[in-house]
Amino acid sequence: MTTAAIHAVPAEQLATVTFDASTEERIAELLTHYPTRRAALLPVLWLCQQRYGWIAPGVIEAVAARLGESPAFVQGVVTFYTMFYTSPPARFVLQVCETLSCAVCGGAELVEHLKARLGIGFGERTPDGTFQLVGVQCLGACGSAPVVQINDDYFENLTIDTLDAILDELSKRKEA
Amino acid sequence: MEPILLRARGVPNSHSLDTYLAAGGYEGLKKALALEPDAVTKEVLDSELRGRGGAGFPTGRKWTFVPRDHPGPRYLICNADESEPGTFKDREIIEHDPHLLLEGIAVASYAIRANTAYIYIRGEFVRWAAILEQAIAEARARGILGSEVLGSGYGLDIWVHRGAGAYICGEETSLIESLEGKRGFPRLKPPFPAVVGVFGKPTVVNNVETLACLPSILTRGAAWFASIGRPRNTGPKLYCVSGHVRRPGVYELPMGVTFREIIEEHCGGVRDGHRLKAFFPGGSSAPVMTADQIDVKADFDACAEAGSMLGSGGVIVLDDSVDMVEAAANLAHFYAHESCGQCTPCREGSDWARDILDRIVAGHGRPEDPQTLLRICNYASQGMTICPLGDAFALPISSIVKKFPQEFERHIAAATPRPPKKLPVLPWAGPRPGFDGR
Repeated sequence: MTTAAIHAVPAEQLATVTFDASTEERIAELLTHYPTRRAALLPVLWLCQQRYGWIAPGVIEAVAARLGESPAFVQGVVTFYTMFYTSPPARFVLQVCETLSCAVCGGAELVEHLKARLGIGFGERTPDGTFQLVGVQCLGACGSAPVVQINDDYFENLTIDTLDAILDELSKRKEA
Repeated sequence: MEPILLRARGVPNSHSLDTYLAAGGYEGLKKALALEPDAVTKEVLDSELRGRGGAGFPTGRKWTFVPRDHPGPRYLICNADESEPGTFKDREIIEHDPHLLLEGIAVASYAIRANTAYIYIRGEFVRWAAILEQAIAEARARGILGSEVLGSGYGLDIWVHRGAGAYICGEETSLIESLEGKRGFPRLKPPFPAVVGVFGKPTVVNNVETLACLPSILTRGAAWFASIGRPRNTGPKLYCVSGHVRRPGVYELPMGVTFREIIEEHCGGVRDGHRLKAFFPGGSSAPVMTADQIDVKADFDACAEAGSMLGSGGVIVLDDSVDMVEAAANLAHFYAHESCGQCTPCREGSDWARDILDRIVAGHGRPEDPQTLLRICNYASQGMTICPLGDAFALPISSIVKKFPQEFERHIAAATPRPPKKLPVLPWAGPRPGFDGR
């Protein structure tokens, strides 16, 4: 399994953000895709989330300044979409699909199992910061229900056993 | 039927440009470039190809709405947001045959004289966005994309643009707003995107599957394409079947097979020991159909005649183990979560519907609840909102209420009154300064 862990930069280190040269270079390249600077906002936010693990208030200010927008505008965009983390996420974010096809094909049982195994509810994280549980809407993989997305990767046709094996492996990697 | 759109599924290394070229790839684009753009549009009009994203609007006609005398630039957007519950076909094309999509995008861009195209892909599809990026890089390196498409003098750049988790961005004007870097709030139409689209310029938004049909229309001709299916409902169609069938998955079949063929022959029927209860023919936003409608043809017109819609072709199959009130509650949660919040009937209506359905499921239904649900649905649909999300939540929920009244009655007959909620009592801070009590 290759799922990369999220390394969220602590909030205090993101109070003021200055983009490094490689980030600046990527932003400059992204800006060539669009006739307006604003259109690069989503790609730049993705870049920042990849770089810092989440979108801290300091990141919002830096992105706004770079693209010539107000921080309020950027904040509005960040909070409209569900995939930008506005607080530091755990190393592995378990995004369990709750929509109809998954729910009737074992997804509901998967959710109960995950809550019991991890001892947390939706929106919460394990005390050691390894796992975070999120209920999400349709992931667009209904034919292989139930589906869980862990960070960027899809895990499909899951059973409680196969999901347990995945979690076991990810927990082990914490020590590595 | 021989596979057209899923031709590459199972072929080793099918995503690479070499494999695609060896199978006759980019021949359709060569043919298109030898024609005038209008002749390409004519071919697509003649094929009677209708949009596969959900609305079923004739693709060629959509292109003709782009003003001919506009100085440009014009844009083509490939809608790969694929968020409709029950739909997972576009991912299949992108994963196995990314160049088929790129060729389709190039054909459509040439037809509307666009030199820039964007693929708006849902944010969760990280892996599939990377497949597209790689395919674009390959095509650019070989001169298939870039300033000289196949040495023709026509230039085209394609950029992948990832969304960030919002169902609403599958709606074309919301997608355009999102591409411009804003919140995905749908726009009022008119003006239609073909006239005022992304960055204020003429824009055509087409679905992945729609675009993937174009190369074969060019190579084999409109008449061949129109010979599949029946008039006005032509071509191959990807049916995504999920839920309680033995073999769920994406099936490429001629437009107009019956749901019985799809569910029983191709998917092996419902699970052992169960009977079919209901199915959504085209994603969860289509009115639900009952087991006795299984002989309806799975095409645009037949589904409309049967009081539903083909939508995206996402068939969600539910067997007799499903409580339809719970199914309605599940979907209400989806729409309440995904309503963008711009229009009151949709924002508030979907929340109310969710709360009422949750209350019925929790055992506290009231006799007037079904009527209240229908009223909420009525207020949110048929033009009461800027975009069709109002209809999208109203249609499945109202159809479940109408077609399965006995399930609601059963819940409500067994219900107990909900214990009154205790409202938190806040300490009163005294009169506001300057408030004299009148």
